[in-house]
Order: sequence, then C-alpha cells, then structure tokens
Amino acid sequence: MMTFQQIKNILNDKSPQSVEGLAQEAARTTRQHFGRAIGLYGPLYLSNFCSSHCTYCGFHSHNQIQRMKLEPEQYRKEMQFIHAQGICNILMLTGESYKHTPVTYLKEAAVIASEYFQGVSLEVHPMQTSEYKELFTAGVDGITVYQETYDRTRYAEVHLSGYKKDYDFRYGTPHRAAEAGMRQISLGVLLGLSDTANDVYALYQHVRELEKSFPGVEYSVSFPRLRTVKTEALAICDVDDIQFVKIIALTRILFPRVGINLSTRESPQLRDHLLEIAITRISAGSNTSVGGYTLLEEKDQDPQFDIKDERTVEEIVQLLKSKNFDPVFTDWRHIENTL
Amino acid sequence: MTDTPLVIAGKSFTSRFFLGTGKFKNKKDLSDSIAAGGSQIVTVALRRIDLDHHEENILEHIPPHVTLLTNTSGARTAQEAVRIARLARASGCGDWVKIEVINDSKYLLPDNQETIKATEILAAEGFVVLPYISPDLYAARALVKAGAATVMPLGSFIGSNQGIKTKEFIQVLINEIELPIVVDAGIGAPSDAAQAMEMGADAVLVNTAVATAQNPVVLARAFALAVEAGRLAYLSGLPLERFIANASSPLTGFLYDDIPTN
Repeated sequence: MMTFQQIKNILNDKSPQSVEGLAQEAARTTRQHFGRAIGLYGPLYLSNFCSSHCTYCGFHSHNQIQRMKLEPEQYRKEMQFIHAQGICNILMLTGESYKHTPVTYLKEAAVIASEYFQGVSLEVHPMQTSEYKELFTAGVDGITVYQETYDRTRYAEVHLSGYKKDYDFRYGTPHRAAEAGMRQISLGVLLGLSDTANDVYALYQHVRELEKSFPGVEYSVSFPRLRTVKTEALAICDVDDIQFVKIIALTRILFPRVGINLSTRESPQLRDHLLEIAITRISAGSNTSVGGYTLLEEKDQDPQFDIKDERTVEEIVQLLKSKNFDPVFTDWRHIENTL
Repeated sequence: MTDTPLVIAGKSFTSRFFLGTGKFKNKKDLSDSIAAGGSQIVTVALRRIDLDHHEENILEHIPPHVTLLTNTSGARTAQEAVRIARLARASGCGDWVKIEVINDSKYLLPDNQETIKATEILAAEGFVVLPYISPDLYAARALVKAGAATVMPLGSFIGSNQGIKTKEFIQVLINEIELPIVVDAGIGAPSDAAQAMEMGADAVLVNTAVATAQNPVVLARAFALAVEAGRLAYLSGLPLERFIANASSPLTGFLYDDIPTN
C-alpha cells in the first residue's frame, strides 16, 4: 500500500505524462480483471424523508422540499418501469430516517424488489447488524454507504444533526453489513467536501481493513463529486477532471478487483472516457427523485442531485456496444439468503 | 499417434481444451472462439446468464453440441454453491456443474473444504461435479470419495495469466488421482497450456487469456493447437526433466566387468 505522501504526490502531479501513465496502467489492469464487461444498475428513490442535516445534500431535513415516501403499490409501479427498461440490479435509496423508513418498510420493499430484480441493494441510513441480517434474509444482497469525508472536523461541520452526525457509527456500518452476510458493499467519499488526498487515502485504508476482516465480500467504491442541486452551488473545494481521472485510475491500480461505480452525476463525455480506464459499473436511465419514473411530472420533482447524463438505458447499451463493451445486466442470480 | 478420448462421467470428448465465457467484449467473439478452439466443454457462470434479454443471453451463443458446464461463481459457502447448482438445473442448464466456492474477493482462491462439502451433496443428487480447487492431495482424495467427476486444480491466481506456478503440486495430483485432472486458472499463454498437457494433465480450462486478447478467435485456435501438441508430447513419452538428471559418473559400473568406468 502506498503511503499518504505518495498518494498526495501522485494526485498533485498534474503533468499530462503522469495522468496518461496512470490511465494506461489502470486500463490494462481493468481489462485483465474485468474484460470489457460493464455492469448496469438502476436507482430507485423510495423516500426523501430525512432526519439528518447534511449541508451539501438536496434532501437534508431543513430543506423545504416536498417530502414523499412511496407506498408498496407505488414503488411496485416504479420497479415495473425500471425492470421494463431491462435493468436487473436495483439500488433502492432513501433519506436517513429510522422513523419514516424503518427496517419493516425496507424489508417489504426488498421482498417486492426480489420479484423483479436479481440483485437488490440499499443505500439508506446506517443500521445495526441484527437489522442488516433481517434485510439480508429478506433478499438484500448489497449495502452502499459513503463516509462522505474521513476528516472528522470537516465531518462535524457538514453533518449538523441527526444520526449521520455520529462519525464512528457510520464508519462501522460496512463492517456491520458484512457481518450480517451482505455480498456487496460499496463505499465512497464525496469529493469536494474536504482535502481530497486525505479522503482518498482514508478510503483506501477503510477498504483494506474490511478486506482483511471480511474477505468474502465484493467491494466497490464510488467517487461522487459535489454537484449543484437546482443550481445551488455546494462544493467547498473543486476536484477537477484531471484529478478525478487520477483518483479513479489510482484506485484501480491499488485495488485491481474492486468495482468502481460511476453515477449519472458525471457528463456523458467524461463517463465514456472513464469506461476505457477503470469504471466497471454504471447507473443507467436514472431518475434521482422520489416517484420520478412514473408518478410525478418533472416540474414537481425534487431530485437529490441533478443528473448530467440523461441517456436512456437503451442508449447506454447501444453506446457500450459501439465502443466494444459488453453491457452486463445480470451479475447475480437471486438465491435464498440464509444466516 | 492416436489418442483415446477424454471421458468424463461416461461422456467422451475429443477436445481437451475447455473455454470459459467471462470477459469477452461481445457475444460474437465468444461463439467464434468456441468454434476456432473446437471446445466441447464451455463453462458459464449462472450469475451471468441473462434470461430476461434474449439477445444478451449467453446460452444463445453456445452451439448445441457443446456441453454446458455451469459454474457457481459468487458462492461463498458450500450451501450457496448447492443452491446455485440446483437453480441452474431448474433453469434448464443441465447437470454439469463446476463448483467454485470463493470466500476471498481479493485473491479469489477457492475454499477447498467447502468445495468438498458441496461436491458431496451435489454428486449425491446426480450432478456431474467438476470442482475447482487449490492443488492439494488430501482435498483431491476427498473429492474422489465425494463423487467428483474430475479435479480442477488452479495453475496460478485466477485471471492472472501467470502460468503454472503450482506445477509440482499439480504433478502430484496427476500422479496419484485416478480422475481426469483439468488445469484451470492462470493459464496465460498457449505455452502454459502445452506445459500442463506435457505434464500429463487430461485437459485445461482457459478464459481470461483468450477473452481479453486483441484477437480472441486466433488465440483460441492457438490454444487448441498447444493443447494438442502438449498432449502428443505426453503420449510420446516425453523425457521430462526428472529423467534427464543422470549422474555423469556411474556409481555402480564396478559391478560389471564389461562397462568401462571413467
């Protein structure tokens, strides 16, 4: 593993040769371990009720947006729509609210999602191991939880209230999810919140720790960059494209088999280039509003973040094929999860 | 020189080159590679069989004369491997299953113990079980008892193209185990495949090297030729290294008057 200083030096060196060298090595490593297969998934926002106040988020508890939670017949309709696009892996998201989206609610959603999808993951509030066990046996295979930043001071500054304020509980979330049997765990930092090299290095340490304790889990990482929400600028420090590409490439080199996800936050042009370098999984045909696929008109939607890549699933599939990638809809066959 | 066919669970195969189907950039490359390499056994991960999308369904691209070997990729325990195998059979993928139990996402090394357990259960249910293991004599013997149809030891880390790093251990299995030995994982070049066959392996399974080659179809053909060459060399009684090491000064010449000693 590289030292913090080595990582900092690499990220600070913006010479084209350095970027190109990293990208070439990352691309070779990606092709060796993943071939040209690109996994596809679809996000489904179940609820935007949130008890946490995170200053950078469009869903935070003090934001005056229309709060909505989908009922089973509503999210079933959304699932049918996503399924009809060909998506087999679903990531269900909520705001962070034990009260509005308790385990019972999530379990029911998981059971219904299993009717339509082969892989079911959640990006919701952190929970206890026993709760993750309940979700696992209900059909959830994966948990996504981002630490956002590993800088404790900065973490306290941007997470003002709610469960999310507890840095350590959040840090231990992937461990608890793994302990409960989850197959896939996705970690990430929100680039732009704090010192980039510091956060990237700490994320690497976090993944290494988990790999040692829970070697059977398939890990993946994401590097969302802070975006505007309905044009309101929230980024604290800008991570430009050069640095972004270096982070993605370096991650691939240091973690050859770890999945790297890319969301529709990024532009189509950048997404297409990053596929050649290291990305192994992308979301497609995404809508980041609760009820956004079938229930609400666009003018009534309050997205968590604005989407830059608005291509449909079919457009993404055609693009992947035209660039000699193999779009992978299914990478898991749902089997009964037992403890 | 004529060769006897490879027989697995009573079924005969003239090709000793198995092909994996992961990592190909498109389905056409895959089906053309199967044809060019003449593979008669092709392995597919159940997790990658896309029953919802006709065009994307990998099974549509495997010719009917080829024996489908479904693998349990993604299984972390014997129990999960058993469930995946049963699901494969229920989905119409047949009885041939390659047991892969991997509980380490970094090195992707197989868990021999869990593999043995899964083999025992599935063989008893009538599956033709081809287990993938780290080459270990005791594990291989346990697999024979458990009812395995072959033993598939790894040559090196899966997907690494490092060649036969476990050579001596595989040789022990070839020497001692009566089941067909299929060298799987790590075979990065036709010369590695030839080496495995020269050692007396019954077949090899290749995936990453072919799938990620610039021209997979040509490389599949090259592998098929190398497998055949290695097999012929083995059948010819190739003088391997161990037979070459003759002492330059005979120690027992004194016993015979007519052999001059130097």
